[in-house]
Amino acid sequence: METITQPWPWYVAGALIGLIVPALLILGNKHFGISANLRHMCAACIPSNIPFFKYDWKKESWNLFFIGGIFIGGFIAAQFLRSDAPIIIHPDLAKELAGYGITDLSGMVPVQLFELHDVFTLRGFIMMVGGGFLVGFGTRYAGGCTSGHAIMGLSNLQWPSLVATICFMVGGFVMVNFILPYILAL
Amino acid sequence: MNTQEKETDFEVRSLDTMCLNESNLSHPWWYNFKYLAVGIVFGVVFVKAEIISWFRIQEMFRLQSFHMYGVIGTAVVVGAISVFLIKKCKVKTIHGEEITFSDKKFNMGQIYGGLLFGFGWAITGACPGPLFAQLGTGVLAISVVILSSIAGTWVYGKFRDQLPH
Repeated sequence: METITQPWPWYVAGALIGLIVPALLILGNKHFGISANLRHMCAACIPSNIPFFKYDWKKESWNLFFIGGIFIGGFIAAQFLRSDAPIIIHPDLAKELAGYGITDLSGMVPVQLFELHDVFTLRGFIMMVGGGFLVGFGTRYAGGCTSGHAIMGLSNLQWPSLVATICFMVGGFVMVNFILPYILAL
Repeated sequence: MNTQEKETDFEVRSLDTMCLNESNLSHPWWYNFKYLAVGIVFGVVFVKAEIISWFRIQEMFRLQSFHMYGVIGTAVVVGAISVFLIKKCKVKTIHGEEITFSDKKFNMGQIYGGLLFGFGWAITGACPGPLFAQLGTGVLAISVVILSSIAGTWVYGKFRDQLPH
C-alpha cells in the first residue's frame, strides 16, 4: 500500500498511459483522445444549429464514459490513495511563486490561484476563464490535445501531430516564461 | 441529411480525433462501462504521478524538472510499440472487429490552435484530461475552467469557417 500512496515515478505513469492506447483499440477500436469530449458536450447541450456540432454525438458516448472514469479515478486517488508527504517543488519555482504571493504549495492546484471567488479578480478571471477558453478553443482548432496528438498521434507516427505537439510546447514556453509573470503579478 | 453534409462531417471527424470507424455491431449502452474502467485507471495515474499538478507543468515549461518529459516520452514509446504490434499482428478487438487507423491531415490549425492551446495549458496547468481528474480530487474552481473550455470549443465551432486553416 505504501508503494501505491507514494508519488509514482514517471516511467510507471508513462508506461500505464502508453498502454491506454492499445487498451482502447482492443476494447473497441477507439482512438485515445479527450478534447473531443468538449465538442460532444457542445453537440449534446448547445448545438445552436452550428454545422460543427450537428452530428450524432451519441455514437461518441464511449468518450464521455472515458472522462467520467477519469473524474472517478481522480476522486478515488484523492480520497483513498493519498500520501501525506508534501509535494516536492523545485526551489527556484517556489521562490518565484513566493514573489507573487503564492506561498501555499500544498495540493495539486495552488489554492491561492484557483478558488471559486478568485474568478471575480482580474488575475483569477484570466487564469480560470481565459485559460480554460484557450484550452477549449486551441485544442479544437488544433484538432486534438496532448492525448489525441502528442500520445495517440505520435504513436501512430503522424507528422501533423508532431507539428501540433511542437506548437503546444512552444506556446507553453512562451506563456510561462514571457507572459504568465505579468499575469501572476496582477 | 444529404450526401454532401455527410462528407463534410467525415472530413471534420478525421480532423478531430473522432472515431471514423462505424462499428457494425451494436452493443447495449452499458458496454461503455469498459471505457469508464480504463478512465478510472487513467484518473488514478494522473493524480498519483502528479501529472495534474499545476506546479509540475510550470516546472516542465521552465525546464526545472524532467518528470513530465519522462511521462509523455515513455507513453509515446509504449504507445508506438503497441500500435506497431497491433498493425503487424493484425490484432482484432475483443469483439472480433478489425482495428483501423486513419492518417491525420495537416492544416494550419495545428499550428495556430496548437500555440493557443499551449498558452492555455501553461496558464491552467492542465490539458483537458487532467481538468476532469482535478475536479474529481475536489477542486471546485476547476468547474469554471471546464465550463470556459466548453465555451471556447463552442466559439471555435461558431467561427470555424472564418478562421484560417
